[in-house]
Parts: sequence; structure tokens; C-alpha cells
Amino acid sequence: MTRWKSVLIIGFLASIPLWVTSFYFLHILITTGIFIIAAMSLNLLLGFTGQLSLGHVAFFGIGAYASALLSLGFEVHVTNDFVLGVAPKPVWLSMLFGTFAAGLSGFALGKIAFKVRGAYFVIVSISFAEVVHLVAVNWVELTQGPMALNNIPPLKLGTPQLLELSFLRKPAYFYLVLSTAIVCYVIIRRLVSSHAGRAMIALRENEPLAMSIGIDVTRYLVLATVVSAAMAGVAGALYAHYVRIVDPDIFLFIYTVTMVIMVVTGGKRTLAGPIVGGIIFGLLPELLRALAIKPEMQWIVFGVIMIFVVFLLPQGIVPALEDWRNSRKRHSPNTGPPVQAAPGAPP
Amino acid sequence: MMSSVPIMLEIIELSVRFGGLMAIDNITFEVRDGELLSLIGPNGAGKTSVFNAVTGYLRPQAGTILYKGSRLSGLLPHAIAARGVVRTFQKTSLFDGQTTFNNVLMGLHLSARQRTLGIILGLPSVKEDERKLKDSAWDILRFIGLESRAHELGSALSYGEQRLLEVAIALAARPRLLLLDEPVSGMNPAEKVRFMRTLDKIRGAGATILLVEHDMRTVMGASDRIICLNHGRIIADGAPGEIQSHPEVIRAYLGERAVRAGS
Repeated sequence: MTRWKSVLIIGFLASIPLWVTSFYFLHILITTGIFIIAAMSLNLLLGFTGQLSLGHVAFFGIGAYASALLSLGFEVHVTNDFVLGVAPKPVWLSMLFGTFAAGLSGFALGKIAFKVRGAYFVIVSISFAEVVHLVAVNWVELTQGPMALNNIPPLKLGTPQLLELSFLRKPAYFYLVLSTAIVCYVIIRRLVSSHAGRAMIALRENEPLAMSIGIDVTRYLVLATVVSAAMAGVAGALYAHYVRIVDPDIFLFIYTVTMVIMVVTGGKRTLAGPIVGGIIFGLLPELLRALAIKPEMQWIVFGVIMIFVVFLLPQGIVPALEDWRNSRKRHSPNTGPPVQAAPGAPP
Repeated sequence: MMSSVPIMLEIIELSVRFGGLMAIDNITFEVRDGELLSLIGPNGAGKTSVFNAVTGYLRPQAGTILYKGSRLSGLLPHAIAARGVVRTFQKTSLFDGQTTFNNVLMGLHLSARQRTLGIILGLPSVKEDERKLKDSAWDILRFIGLESRAHELGSALSYGEQRLLEVAIALAARPRLLLLDEPVSGMNPAEKVRFMRTLDKIRGAGATILLVEHDMRTVMGASDRIICLNHGRIIADGAPGEIQSHPEVIRAYLGERAVRAGS
């Protein structure tokens, strides 16, 4: 039943480039997809371990920069005499490296930052993103600073002689983003339904109790951070080789906020939440434009809708829909004993 | 003394201080393999501090805690739990937003045999392990008598059932030494009687129990030995009968006049 449902959903998503011919709209879908991957990764931390990382964009940016730099090659003076030069590498390898670099920085941040929790962790994560941002601005020799990394090569698989798959065109890139998103989704789903995921949820719900039954709290927080950071990194790498220019603005705080809004409006703690939130957040501005609302009004309407969602559905859209469905099931006859009351179910 | 029975937990000259307050003042006692030892004493006597020190939730200022001959002092709570020393909490402590079944499943953390890479790759061994864990969770729920409540949220259970669920979570961690902090507080008399039977079953399964409890009927009925604390010091140590008539114990609970009235 659920298997059929996922086949249907994936089939529908895969058919999009066949009937969406507008490259502009495909572009919106691709960037939305990239942000959904980032939001899913944030949800692993925010939803399942309960830790708010307000520096999440740092991992996205590290993935983007690391992947772009390796594919372009670079030379850096380590000392006055010693120059570290790296020749350009294939893009697929660079993207893997970007993912790895983000995961590694997640490991480092997790090891350091999870000596504190809650608000303190939020502050550490913001500071981390700001430090990475400053490095990107000021280490001009490596990152070109505000001049940005240009002409980032697009992803190509295979060789020109044999079978070459180029991801320069938008439909191809759409499939690349879609398949990456599916892989990330599956990994997160497996994680949270395993004992590792239960350990994360346990420490979110009651940390002293979690420790008392043998859960190594720091270990599972770091694990969640590494997986989350690596996924944000792959999203960043996808972004870098799509827009093909990376500048320090990639570390803007607003991107983190965007991810948080996607997760919170869609419903943290659910697997589908960031996807639903991401689709709404990514596509709503375009829909408003299609309704021929004046540009000045679009963002105001958008903001009002967001505020209403948060006020009316504080748990997020997906949990609210689940509650609604459960309560309908309960009112129909021939179902088992009633489950627990759904608090705050929407009208 | 029953010196032939091996010592499971040894507490040697333990002191815990909160600022100027001596919560535990240089106490020494041991828990023997298989016994049920109760710690009693008025509020603030230091009972819960002993629990916190043994299970790594607070760092004692002085003293040594030995479990089966090796030091527990300095280990983190999760590492102590992994060695088989598991506690419950004085205030009801559950994974509130989870079902009863999930609460126990989370408690089975130490029994899980899953590696992160295997989880991510979706190996069949992980699914197999999940099935085993779920079977064990059902076994524990049946053992404790909460199987009919398996799909209720933890927070939706009655208070007495919540206390039972806490014990179930602790049992899921497969303790050799189980520390129960006021487990029957909030239970009605029928639930208390049932809990006493559960305690017997837990002991029958081979666990040693250290119990902190205010309910004297439970303490006197269940304990092999009782230690009475007052102001962080041990004032009496003996079988339930001895403790009941011990003048120091009566003085601690009821005051000087009660001792004179009794004698």
C-alpha cells in the first residue's frame, strides 16, 4: 500500500520534465529541490534530536565551496615558500569531496558544540557559520573572496568517446536533484526508524532518562550532526554546479532561516514535513506571481500566509493532516479502539 | 553477616556536598549479590544523592564506588548503565510523547546490534535485529503487565501505570543491579500489592535491587536488609524487624518524645 504510494509519487515527480516545458519553472523546481534536501538534513537535527542549528547554512556553503574548488583546482600558499597546488578534479569526485568536507566539519562542530545544549548550542552554531563566512570573504587566495568562484564546471559523467551524460541542461539536472533527494530521504527514514533514530528521539524527549538506559548522548548527537551536515553539503555541491558561481553570500543567515521555516511549517519530527514545507515555500511565491498579484504585494501576502500557518497549525502541516485523518478514522465505524485524543486538531 | 555472598556494590567513605550542605557525609556500605536492600530516611537524608552518585549523575567530593570490584566513579551515566547498573527516577520520568511500546523499545538500546553503516544501507540484519528488539519489548510489557496499554501514549497512562512503565524501561536495559527511587509513590494500594509481586519476579530473574522508598509497608515487606540515613549519615543498618524498633530510626522519623513514649 505505502509502497504503491511512494511509487506513484516518484513516478509523478519523474514525469514533471515531460510536461513542464518552461525552463523558468524547471529552474524553480530545481532550486526548490536543492533547498528541500537541505531542509530534510536540518530536520534530522531539529526534528529528531531537538537541537536547533541556526548555522546550518555553513554546511551547505562548505559543500558548495569544497566541491567548486576541487573541480576548478586551486593554489594556496601554506607558508611563504610552500605552495599547495591541486589540479582540477572530475566534478563527481568534487561533489563527493564537498559532501565529505561538510560531514567532517559537522563532526568537528558536533564534538565541540554538544558540550552545551539548547540556546547555547544555537549560539555556537550561528558563530560557526559566521566564522566560515568570514573565511570565505577574507581568504581571497583560496576563495576569491567577494569576487566569487566563477565558471564552475557542470557535472558530466562518462567520456565523450563513449557514453556521456551531461547535467548542463535543466531536465537532466532536475533528475539529478530528484534522485539525490530520494537517496537522502531513504537514508533519513532508515536512520530514524532504527535504534540510532530511537536514541536521538530519546535524548530529545528526556535526556537524563536516555542516559540512564545506556544511550551515549554525545555520540548520537554527533552522528546526527555528521549525517545532517553531509546532506546539507551535497545540497550545496548540487547548488554550486548548477548556478556555477559561488560567492560568500551563500552563507547568508536568511538561507538558514528559509530552511528552518520549511521544516517548521511542514512539520518537524515528520519525514514528509520538510518536503511539504519546502514545496510550499519554494512554489508559493511563483503561484502568487501567476495570480498576477503586484510584486510589492507578493511578499506581504506570502508573509501573512506563513504567519497564519504557524498560528493555526503550530505543529506544522503534516502532523495536522495526520491528526485530521486519524480523527476521521476514529469517527467511522468498525475501527479498533480509539487512539489517543488529537490535541489541537485543525477544524 | 552473610559474608559468603559476594559483594556487588561497595560504597566506601562516600561524601557529597552541595555548597555548605553535606548531603552525604562519609558513608560506607555494601550491596550483596541477589539481595534487596532498602535505603530509608526522612526527606533530605541523602538517599537520592546516593543514587545520583552511584549512577554517575553527580560527582562525589570524596569516596569510592566499586561495582563487582571495579570503579564506577568518574564514568558517565550511559557507561555505568552499560555495565549493568540501571536506575529509575524519583519524579516520573518517561518519553512522554511516545507510546508505551516505544518507551520500552527505546529502553532496549543496549540490546541493539546495529551498526550505523548497516542502517544506512538497509541491511537485512538490521531488520532482523529490529524484529528481535520488538519481540523483547513485548516480552517486557507482558512481564510488567502493561501489554494492553502498549499503544497508548506514555503521558496518557494513569500515574501508577507510568511508574510501572518506568520500571519496564529500566528492565529493558537488562540491569544486574537495579536502583529504584520511590517506585510505589503515587500507586494505589492494589497497585502496590501488584508491584510487590513484580519486584519478586524481577529478583527471581536474577537482579539485585537497591530501593529508596517512603512507603513503609512496601519497604518492610520487600527488603532483606534496610539502611536508614539521616542528615547524610547511616544511623541504622539491619533486618526489617531490627530497623522497626531501632531507637535512632524512631527518633529520626518521629522525634525525641516518641522514643521516650515507646520505651
